[in-house]
Amino acid sequence: MPAPRRVLLSRIGRLLRTAALLVAGTALGWAQFPAHPGTPDEIQVAPPPLTEGIFPCSGCHDGKAQKPNPIRREMKDMHTDIELRHGPETRWCTDCHDLIDRDKLRLANGDKLDFKVSYQLCGQCHGDKYRDWRVGVHGKRTGSWNGAKQYLLCVSCHNPHSPRFAALAPMPPPVRPETIQRRKGGAR
Amino acid sequence: MSCGSGNSDKPCSCAGNSVATTTAASEPDPTRRAMIATGIAAVASILTGCDKKTFDEFTQHNFRELGKAEINDIIARLEAEYSADYGKPVHVGTEPAMQGVVFGYALDLSRCVGCRRCVHACVKENNQSRDPEIQWIKVLQMDKEEGVSLQHADPYYTPKEVPEEGHFYMPVQCQQCRNPPCVKACPVGATWQEPDGITVIDYNWCIGCRYCMAACPYGARHFNWGEPNLPKDEMNPDTHYLGNRPRRKGVVEKCTFCVQRTRKGQYPACLEVCPTGSRKFGNLMDPKSEIRYVLENKRVFLFKEDLNTKPKFFYFYGV
Ligand code: HEC
Ligand code: HEC
Ligand code: HEC
Ligand code: HEC
Repeated sequence: MPAPRRVLLSRIGRLLRTAALLVAGTALGWAQFPAHPGTPDEIQVAPPPLTEGIFPCSGCHDGKAQKPNPIRREMKDMHTDIELRHGPETRWCTDCHDLIDRDKLRLANGDKLDFKVSYQLCGQCHGDKYRDWRVGVHGKRTGSWNGAKQYLLCVSCHNPHSPRFAALAPMPPPVRPETIQRRKGGAR
Repeated sequence: MSCGSGNSDKPCSCAGNSVATTTAASEPDPTRRAMIATGIAAVASILTGCDKKTFDEFTQHNFRELGKAEINDIIARLEAEYSADYGKPVHVGTEPAMQGVVFGYALDLSRCVGCRRCVHACVKENNQSRDPEIQWIKVLQMDKEEGVSLQHADPYYTPKEVPEEGHFYMPVQCQQCRNPPCVKACPVGATWQEPDGITVIDYNWCIGCRYCMAACPYGARHFNWGEPNLPKDEMNPDTHYLGNRPRRKGVVEKCTFCVQRTRKGQYPACLEVCPTGSRKFGNLMDPKSEIRYVLENKRVFLFKEDLNTKPKFFYFYGV
């Protein structure tokens, strides 16, 4: 049975490659960036672009008056503007938000996460973009090219609930040369 | 003004213009010098009608040949002039290139949405004429099916929203060539490449012949056909001699990677304003810079690479 065997071999190959990447990543990448997913991070980021007054979420989600509700449903009393358009249909709030401690995000392994480091949440499913983001290639850093830099969070550009980059109105186009000519009486 | 040359406000551009048409440009600078020396007597009579400022301007040397004291004099003169013209304190910097720095720029074609924020931030930062507006960045809308093809490029798109289905966007500005044809074409040495790789213009030395514009394959140089129209309240007073200081009618101008900002460690204005993060800038000599990461890890191409201009402006696919 040559075919399954080849599949198996290629799987092993891939595993080894992944392991090698991980080791290399630890040795190289994370040596420059002391923090890595799951631990407190030293990356300078812009503040999370949360709506004024919505944080702390526990102001409402106190576990008493507003009990956590794990049931998938349409929001009726609050957060009605949130429309999930992010990956598969099965996506639900609690994939990303902690059900009990609403002031925190939640990784797939159950670890809780500050809103300040939401990029680690995104990074868990968008590893390639996350890697590029950390080196300043995806997304954007401000500050100085030869000094301290500040990162924009993923959620500064992508609404986490509907992350497709929102369309923008373009600024005005250049004037056509013939229009200038006309206005200046033909003198170019 | 008072030079009596009638058709131009640029003091005594009459002398300069005649140089442009008479030199074969093999030894541009000395030729201009010689010309000025012989012509000076003839012009002297005109000059006696000029005020001191005009005289100083006319006799000013090429920026690269100036000593420290001369530079200080010129900067003081310009700052006084601009401050009076624009009704606010204007700073004219002369920061030189930093040691060990060669600037590079990279633009992510898979991110850019063509919103033109960069175009207008550039105009604001760099004191271009507003009417007609001179723009140093031109964003080309292209067909995804055709790829990068100038035959299918439209700079005048005006939909309600961008990006438009089936299109991608390619902003074009000075490519800061390592082998710049514009510099070679200039008959008077008014434009040159600095040690940090930025090609600059001494607007006081430019004679307005526009040879450089003809030589540039990227349409990156722009001519002030009229007296630039820069409203006082829109004038950015933080300038550099070789960058965004106010220009005059009859001179060429271009992107300088925002020399007034980048030599102080800031990012160029176009990068800072970009909402998509498509624009990357940094020191090509620094192996840890994001620009080097792009060059080493992404699919990169040079615009009109076949012309051997060797741009330091790179396009890449971040995907
Ligand atoms: C893909 C992960 C993800 C999913 C799924 C998700 N969220 Fe979020 N949500 C986030 C992140 C990340 C933020 C933080 C955004 C920020 O920092 O501004 C956030 C922010 C919020 C906020 C604050 C918004 C504001 O106005 O500032 C609310 C409320 C919220 N989520 C509710 C929900 C609800 C309700 C659902 C389910 C219908 C949901 N989220 C699903 C990731 C997610
Ligand atoms: C003003 C009160 C209020 C605030 C503040 C608030 N929420 Fe809610 N939230 C509600 C209410 C009410 C519901 C139930 C809505 C419904 O069932 O129609 C809800 C539901 C949710 C749910 C669905 C799961 C559940 O337990 O019902 C998520 C997830 C959620 N909120 C996240 C957040 C996050 C994250 C924040 C802070 C960024 C936040 N909320 C801030 C009132 C609030
Ligand atoms: C649980 C996994 C998961 C997490 C966590 C997650 N994403 Fe996604 N994301 C997906 C999947 C799946 C898709 C759909 C991919 C596709 O269609 O190819 C997607 C799509 C996207 C897209 C492309 C949308 C489009 O329509 O083009 C963006 C942008 C994005 N995610 C950003 C984010 C950001 C920002 C975060 C963090 C707040 C995040 N994602 C967190 C799984 C995730
Ligand atoms: C400065 C804004 C900005 C930031 C910050 C940013 N992105 Fe994006 N992202 C974009 C733009 C622009 C696109 C392309 C949108 C388009 O093509 O319409 C994009 C595309 C994506 C896509 C779609 C897939 C693709 O290849 O086009 C994913 C997934 C994504 N980003 C994830 C992330 C994650 C994860 C982070 C944080 C680690 C992040 N982004 C930070 C601007 C940003």
